[in-house]
Amino acid sequence: MTKSYLSLELIDKSFERGGVRTEVLKQVSLSVDRGEFISIIGHSGCGKSTLLNIVAGLTLATTGVVLLDGRVADEPGPDRAVVFQNHSLLPWLTVYENVRLGVDKVFSRTKSKAERHDWTMRNLELVQMAHATDKRPSEISGGMKQRVGIARALAMEPKVLLLDEPFGALDALTRAHLQDQVMQIHAELGNTVLMITHDVDEAVLLSDRIVMMTNGPSARIGEILDVPLARPRRRIELAGDRTYLKCREAVLKFLYERHRFVEAAE
Amino acid sequence: MLAGMARQHPLSNTKENGMTVTNLKLKGQSAPRPAARVIAFTRSAKPGSSRPLLERLAAGAANIAPLIVTLSLILITWQVVCSAPDSSLPSPARVLEESWELIAHPFYIGQGVDQGLFWHIAASLQRVAVGYALAAVVGIALGALVGQSQLAMRGLDPIFQVLRTVPPLAWLPLSLAAFQDGNPSAIFVIFITAIWPIIINTAVGIRNIPQDYQNVARVLRLNAFEYFSKIMLPAAAPYIFTGLRIGIGLSWLAIVAAEMLIGGVGIGFFIWDAWNSSLISDIIVALIYVGIVGFLLDRLIALVGRVVTRGTATA
Repeated sequence: MTKSYLSLELIDKSFERGGVRTEVLKQVSLSVDRGEFISIIGHSGCGKSTLLNIVAGLTLATTGVVLLDGRVADEPGPDRAVVFQNHSLLPWLTVYENVRLGVDKVFSRTKSKAERHDWTMRNLELVQMAHATDKRPSEISGGMKQRVGIARALAMEPKVLLLDEPFGALDALTRAHLQDQVMQIHAELGNTVLMITHDVDEAVLLSDRIVMMTNGPSARIGEILDVPLARPRRRIELAGDRTYLKCREAVLKFLYERHRFVEAAE
Repeated sequence: MLAGMARQHPLSNTKENGMTVTNLKLKGQSAPRPAARVIAFTRSAKPGSSRPLLERLAAGAANIAPLIVTLSLILITWQVVCSAPDSSLPSPARVLEESWELIAHPFYIGQGVDQGLFWHIAASLQRVAVGYALAAVVGIALGALVGQSQLAMRGLDPIFQVLRTVPPLAWLPLSLAAFQDGNPSAIFVIFITAIWPIIINTAVGIRNIPQDYQNVARVLRLNAFEYFSKIMLPAAAPYIFTGLRIGIGLSWLAIVAAEMLIGGVGIGFFIWDAWNSSLISDIIVALIYVGIVGFLLDRLIALVGRVVTRGTATA
């Protein structure tokens, strides 16, 4: 049996509140190869964020297991760095200090002080935030905050980068700009990425595969769509591309016809 | 229970400042406008540049004027009410006359408790500093414990809620019995007075740390000490400083009462001594000192809080 880099095996998640059991995720299995960019798309409330939190180790699965590079991942750790939806930068630290905190923690033994500084700066340069190192999060825009969030995650050299609707709170132009940057970083570093999104274009543009979730409760993986578009991808050229449009249509159809789909399944 | 004691962010105090700032702006905008329409550019620039200083002075005067008016009214009323020769309290003029020695020589050094007011205040401040510093350290530590652990909360919070209602002076006989000495007893009274709001506000602040920050800490695998120093303290800092500010006010309230009973150099005993010697004017001068020092202490903690918590209000 060939093991994939990251695999989710038969993940079930249910919450119990006041004796009432709510099943959120049911039998979710997924295999991700090294360097793959996977999007998970679904309507709000389908448990896709819960799924990401399980991979991150922030939430425990009721049953099932997450394997990363041959090891069980049941605790949070810097090998699965998360870019949070609301950036979650620490407001009392500067941009530099926010990234440096993670760098210091992860590379405390393997890198010298000067190396850690260089590494922090390198990651800030990667997201083009090296000019604002001494600013506090309250002094920079939403898009910049998210870029710092990405730098902080990248700087931990994670095995898997987890993006939780990273561009959800941004305006369309800023979002497009950041998507291009993420694509570029992915091309440069070849990270394995798991991204939660509810934006169809974003999913098609960025992903190698799109995982479509059915509606909750008891959300499952409905379909997995391959996106056979060559990289590097340029959004303007893709706007009229037939494969692109086809993928887009497939996702839209899934999301649009999901109700019938769920009813038929039950 | 806890939330009831906690005040809003100390940063919300800046609202007052914010309001005066907007007032200034409005004045600055509306005043030069008609002038600019008529006068040539080169000349209109001049009054525009010199105006802010004038405006600021005018605004400062406008802020202080009401205070001066109320102060004068109070002094005049006081003078009128207490000017009868058989009045039991001295009028302001008599206070000045009778206590001039005291007012003019705050740094006077004499024998025993016969010291200038500055030294009395300094002795009191020293006791407050020790007791308050102890309360801050122990209070933040206990508050962190109660805020962090549900178990500690259940075990300790009811005790805190009962003990914090005990009036400060009620602790004094007990501490005199324990320490057998006045000075440590007074310090203990300060400690026990200031610690409750510090504990309670710290606990509330720590319970309100956003889940996001906790997730960041978990992903980074911060250990307990790193979590405490890098996430918990800064995240709860606005609440902690609210507690510290309430605490310093209560300390200053308690020290005067405690010193009346323990004696020695200190502003509390000075007041008691003045009463025993029927020096009512001295008492009035001392009260003014106490009030101003208390006000300054409050402002000092607020200032430290504003400097330390800068940037923590919003993400």
